[in-house]
Amino acid sequence: MLISKSPDVQPSEITDEAVYNGRRRFLAAASAATAGLFLNSASAADSLPDLPGLPPARPSPFSTHERKTPYRDITNYNNFYEFATDKYSPATLAASLTTRPWTVTVDGAVRRPTTYDIEDLIRMNPLEDRIYRHRCVEGWSMVIPWVGFPLNRLIRQVEPTGNARFVKFVTLYDPKEMPGQRSDILHWPYVEGLRMDEAMHPLTILAVGLYGRVLPNQDGAPVRLVVPWKYGFKSIKSIVRISFVEKQPLTTWVRAVPSEYGFYSNVNPRDDHTLWSQARERRIGDFFKRPTLLFNGYGEQVAQMYRGMDLDKYF
Amino acid sequence: MAPVRILWLKRAVFAACLLPLAALALEGWRRSLGANPIAAIEHSTGRWALVLLLVTLSVTPLRRLTGCYWMLRFRRMFGLYSFFYTCLHVLSYVILDQFFDWTAIFHDISRLPFMTVGFASFVLLIPLALTATNGMVRRLGAKRWQALHRLVYVIAIGGVLHYLWLVKLDMTDPDIYAAILAVLLGFRVVMAIGCLIRRPMTERLPRLPADGAE
Repeated sequence: MLISKSPDVQPSEITDEAVYNGRRRFLAAASAATAGLFLNSASAADSLPDLPGLPPARPSPFSTHERKTPYRDITNYNNFYEFATDKYSPATLAASLTTRPWTVTVDGAVRRPTTYDIEDLIRMNPLEDRIYRHRCVEGWSMVIPWVGFPLNRLIRQVEPTGNARFVKFVTLYDPKEMPGQRSDILHWPYVEGLRMDEAMHPLTILAVGLYGRVLPNQDGAPVRLVVPWKYGFKSIKSIVRISFVEKQPLTTWVRAVPSEYGFYSNVNPRDDHTLWSQARERRIGDFFKRPTLLFNGYGEQVAQMYRGMDLDKYF
Repeated sequence: MAPVRILWLKRAVFAACLLPLAALALEGWRRSLGANPIAAIEHSTGRWALVLLLVTLSVTPLRRLTGCYWMLRFRRMFGLYSFFYTCLHVLSYVILDQFFDWTAIFHDISRLPFMTVGFASFVLLIPLALTATNGMVRRLGAKRWQALHRLVYVIAIGGVLHYLWLVKLDMTDPDIYAAILAVLLGFRVVMAIGCLIRRPMTERLPRLPADGAE
């Protein structure tokens, strides 16, 4: 399909407000009847843990105003195969990860290869609150208040050369601290990649915090990528190396199941996985599914990068 | 086993089979089903449907191995409980997950292989549940009834495939179900081959004179 200038959401796809409100009323009634089984009545910032705070972050125009997913859900429903293949145990298992000291090595086709200490990385870059939609390839989504800074700030500091066409990201490899790496279900360490223009895009951030505090281990501490218009697995966690390369990197999920996962993995409601239909998604905490938006609703900002590209072929 | 003891055991097993549902309800009430309660309900009911199906299929081999005929009296209950959890599983998908969005449901069943095979197994299970009474055995005749209920093997294979195909990567758990099913079906294959081998041999033996008996 060619990207045209048409809006991401056809007017016909938007739920009529009366229907929507009717659903909300049903939802309220249903939740009362089932003792609020499906509704998270807890306030968004419930029970923040004793994690250290971060330098003050400024708000960003890229943030969404949608209702934030509660902290408890963001930190207890994690796909982090370095710890476990279920979504509940990383919350406890990730406690074994040592995130200080931590360094991130930036190398490859750059004029100034640098190894950054995590504290310097946080101090050197002014932090921003970025409240982003997060869409998992499994069909669920969240609204997550990240704290971070644009990746392009770091990229400018290391001065990429003309050979830098892609950026390759690598997660820590340490089976002692990451018990999931003792099994060979995936090829370790986890590798992700972006095209240079995607990496330079202002929406692409390195996140170091969540809900105003240091990132919890299970969410990818101490530093992770966040690319909100792509499926969640592109947003690689616990990064130790960022390399600028000429060839498109072989990323972990593409290597594991090439027919199912593509390098781009842009959120696309028309793209049908053999495991999940991507047309709709369940926002965590909601009863009703909602339509999935092309580029996760960030089409206005990112669609031009894929103009003329067949998104069905380059999935 | 004495009939009274079997009756009490039956009551206990009946109650025990409701425990997974009770545990699920309790977790729901305490709001401890996690961030995605709908997925938790789907997974739990699906898991117990499959577990009870395998329990049902293990009754005959256990009876053969132990010689305890009273075990057969539990087979129907396990089978119906498997159907019960299958219904809860399907209902949780149709109501909680899709909320009667028939287009999405049709799309899932026609496009996603794990949904196709899961739905087919559910449909095949219905006639088995409907004919689970003594009256139906009589009406159909034991032979036809038994032929119909052999569908359970197809259903069990379908149920395990449904699980195998929906898992993204870590096959450990569905592999365990597949291995147990392989043992249970393998037992029947061995028994069937044993019968085939034995039958021609008995046919070859000279018939015993009937007059000398008793």
